[in-house]
Amino acid sequence: MAFDYDKYIRPGKLPHIWCPGCGHGIVMKGLIRAIDSLGLDKNNTAIVSGIGCASRLPGYIDCCTLHTAHGRAAAFATGVKMAKPEMNVILCGGDGDGTAIGGNHFIHACRRNIDMTYIIMNNNIYGMTGGQFSPCTPTGAKASTTPYGNPDPAFDVAKLAIGAGATFVARGTAYHATQIDKLIAEAIQHKGFSVVEILDDCPTTYGRRNKFKSVIEMMNRLKDIAVPVKAAEKMTPEQLEGKVLTGVLYKQEKPEYTTEYAKVIERAKGAK
Amino acid sequence: MEKKLPTIEIIEKYCKGCHICVEFCPTKVLEMQGFVAAVKNLEACIKCMQCELRCPDFAIKVTA
Repeated sequence: MAFDYDKYIRPGKLPHIWCPGCGHGIVMKGLIRAIDSLGLDKNNTAIVSGIGCASRLPGYIDCCTLHTAHGRAAAFATGVKMAKPEMNVILCGGDGDGTAIGGNHFIHACRRNIDMTYIIMNNNIYGMTGGQFSPCTPTGAKASTTPYGNPDPAFDVAKLAIGAGATFVARGTAYHATQIDKLIAEAIQHKGFSVVEILDDCPTTYGRRNKFKSVIEMMNRLKDIAVPVKAAEKMTPEQLEGKVLTGVLYKQEKPEYTTEYAKVIERAKGAK
Repeated sequence: MEKKLPTIEIIEKYCKGCHICVEFCPTKVLEMQGFVAAVKNLEACIKCMQCELRCPDFAIKVTA
């Protein structure tokens, strides 16, 4: 049966602005299915984003939404969560927004373990601003600011999140569409800071500079490099060369920030 | 008994012609007609919904 996306989309907002073949639309569908499967109340769900292609996502969804300054999604979302701890707070953004311009906000939100879900759509480039290289652009890849190849090594967003203290980290790809909603739903249910990295494609500013002939070639690349965590256990390091693990990579229970902060408030009241 | 065929609705206004649905349909039900996707062979449809799931533009609705 066809899924009715229309009840979660603001009337008159489609077609969206993303380029033909851009995976952000696939991720948005996954997010909508996840919200629906958990039965979240639209009025009690906030979707927060920064600036960029991926950060246009909240504008289309009929929930409480907040479109903020570049890289500051985590900061604004922390404010929302602290003011209304009962609210489901979901952040979304791209790799440049999340790990470069908002890198500090991202790692400190991870460290605090505040109960939010951050969906990072990693398309290896700054798409909207004209194809500049981002911290997730692979070494050697071309961007508008690295026409002779990028000398920098790329961030592994999942490892960065784990290292910074996030308690739920998962990775999916835009090709594996059926997995996206399950990962996001599990991340939303997790009490603590959850990061879901979705490997995405940008045919317009990344693909055409890096010899991908079509969207299909980019999608096939995502299909080829993704290895589920369980399958990877049986593989040798040579077989895993150039592959990326997908699925739930890390999960841990730790004290959550708003709960801990409420205790601080109680202690302060008692001190009077 | 006659096989019950699904209906595949393609919203042409939303379709941006990325070819994802056409290429990843396991039974090659869809084809490109000009800039937009169109149903070519509905009888081959196995209702796997992959076209609907992967369409980034909310342009395909499969009703089984």
